[in-house]
Amino acid sequence: MRDLISEIAGHIVVNGVQIARNGTALLDVPHLALDGPGPTLILGPNGAGKSLLLRCLHGLIVPDRGFVEQDGVPLNADHKARQAMVFQQPVLLRRSVAANLDFVLKRQGLHRSARKLRIAELLTEGGLESKARQSARSLSGGEAQRLAILRALALEPDTLFLDEPTSALDPGATQKIERMILRASGRGVRIVMVTHDIGQARRLAADIVMMQGGHVVEHGDARQVLDAPNSEASRRYLSGGLVT
Amino acid sequence: MQGFASEFSTAIALILDGDAELWAIVLLSLKVSVFAVLISALIGMPVGAALAVARFPGRRVLIILMNALMGFPPVVVGLLVYLMLSRSGPLGVLELLYTPTAMIIAQVVLVTPIVAALTRQVVEMLAEEYSEQLRSLGVSRLASVPVLLWDARLALVTALLAGFGRAIAEVGAVIIVGGNINHVTRVMTTTIALETSKGNLALALALGAILIGIAIAVNAMVSALTLQAEREGLRHA
Repeated sequence: MRDLISEIAGHIVVNGVQIARNGTALLDVPHLALDGPGPTLILGPNGAGKSLLLRCLHGLIVPDRGFVEQDGVPLNADHKARQAMVFQQPVLLRRSVAANLDFVLKRQGLHRSARKLRIAELLTEGGLESKARQSARSLSGGEAQRLAILRALALEPDTLFLDEPTSALDPGATQKIERMILRASGRGVRIVMVTHDIGQARRLAADIVMMQGGHVVEHGDARQVLDAPNSEASRRYLSGGLVT
Repeated sequence: MQGFASEFSTAIALILDGDAELWAIVLLSLKVSVFAVLISALIGMPVGAALAVARFPGRRVLIILMNALMGFPPVVVGLLVYLMLSRSGPLGVLELLYTPTAMIIAQVVLVTPIVAALTRQVVEMLAEEYSEQLRSLGVSRLASVPVLLWDARLALVTALLAGFGRAIAEVGAVIIVGGNINHVTRVMTTTIALETSKGNLALALALGAILIGIAIAVNAMVSALTLQAEREGLRHA
């Protein structure tokens, strides 16, 4: 899979990012560079700051201090327009499956006929061809998450953030989504994904960011982090020990 | 008791025989209330949606004021509209007093706060759910308004029906600004009040039955739409 990757766009660097609420530090990342081919998986216990970091990277949350940069310049509207995010709980518009995709494509200024073709392509990509006219809200959890990913991919992003997209799904649904993620990565989309699932990290990750208590405790090659972690926090998390 | 039974059977006959006077009154009532609700929708929905998504100083005060206006006494609304439209009032030159237009204006004043407040509530809840996703898709706060209005359409139709229910059953304001003039501004509620006082119970009963029928139909539609909206929400949960 790695051989297929020609060039991954959107090198992301976190510089001195801090977020605190009511005097408690929720996120404190002095430096983090996501410049490998990816996919990058962010691992860590609940409350480690994984989702917060993801939202900072996507510009949904502005940090109290520090900044995120992409391709050498602070994150701006152009960068954000080339990013997409999929949330843990898919938020689908109260419309049909096809209309959810059409919403994004229309905003991109595509002509009706071009949109129709692109919707058909996307539905095939996600295995949702037969559901085009169905209400998006009536999809199963796995189908809904696949549609959310397709809608994100319809933006043709260079970076795709995913916040625990398979946390509520069974193994079959998870496998379908992992395949979609790997295909997107293979096409050159930078993948940055939060997960609790160590097995998933083994299957998908090229590099892993391990977090605890709002800090990045380790970032490195997936094999190295998973098989020979450098930090005590990583070792305990990966061995299934309770990490607080 | 026999007199009541006789009035009741006459009332049924008036409805079933298609009495021209009765149905003219029903038609005017529906026209006035439907127009009033449509105008209220045009004003109340954007205002409610804007209050749901915009953040500015005094927003909370405006919401409280709007909610309070939902319970504004109809006779006071009638009085205020009367003062505005009367010959010596600021809009007196328009000569709208004692016309169906005056009744529409009064109903708009009564219904708009209901539509706006319910729209604000519905859209705010949906905006909370959609907020991050829409921002992620590059949709600005302003551009999110039509998206939210469209996706809240079921609940908004319910709000409009609630407004229509209020408008069609209204008597105090429309009798002040409409004057209850025969064949001009006489609607169901004002006719019921007048005919009852005159002892013409058959016409009053016939109109009352139709009014109750409309109220039941509107409530049935509200229930059906609410159920459908809940199902949509449950499917998503």
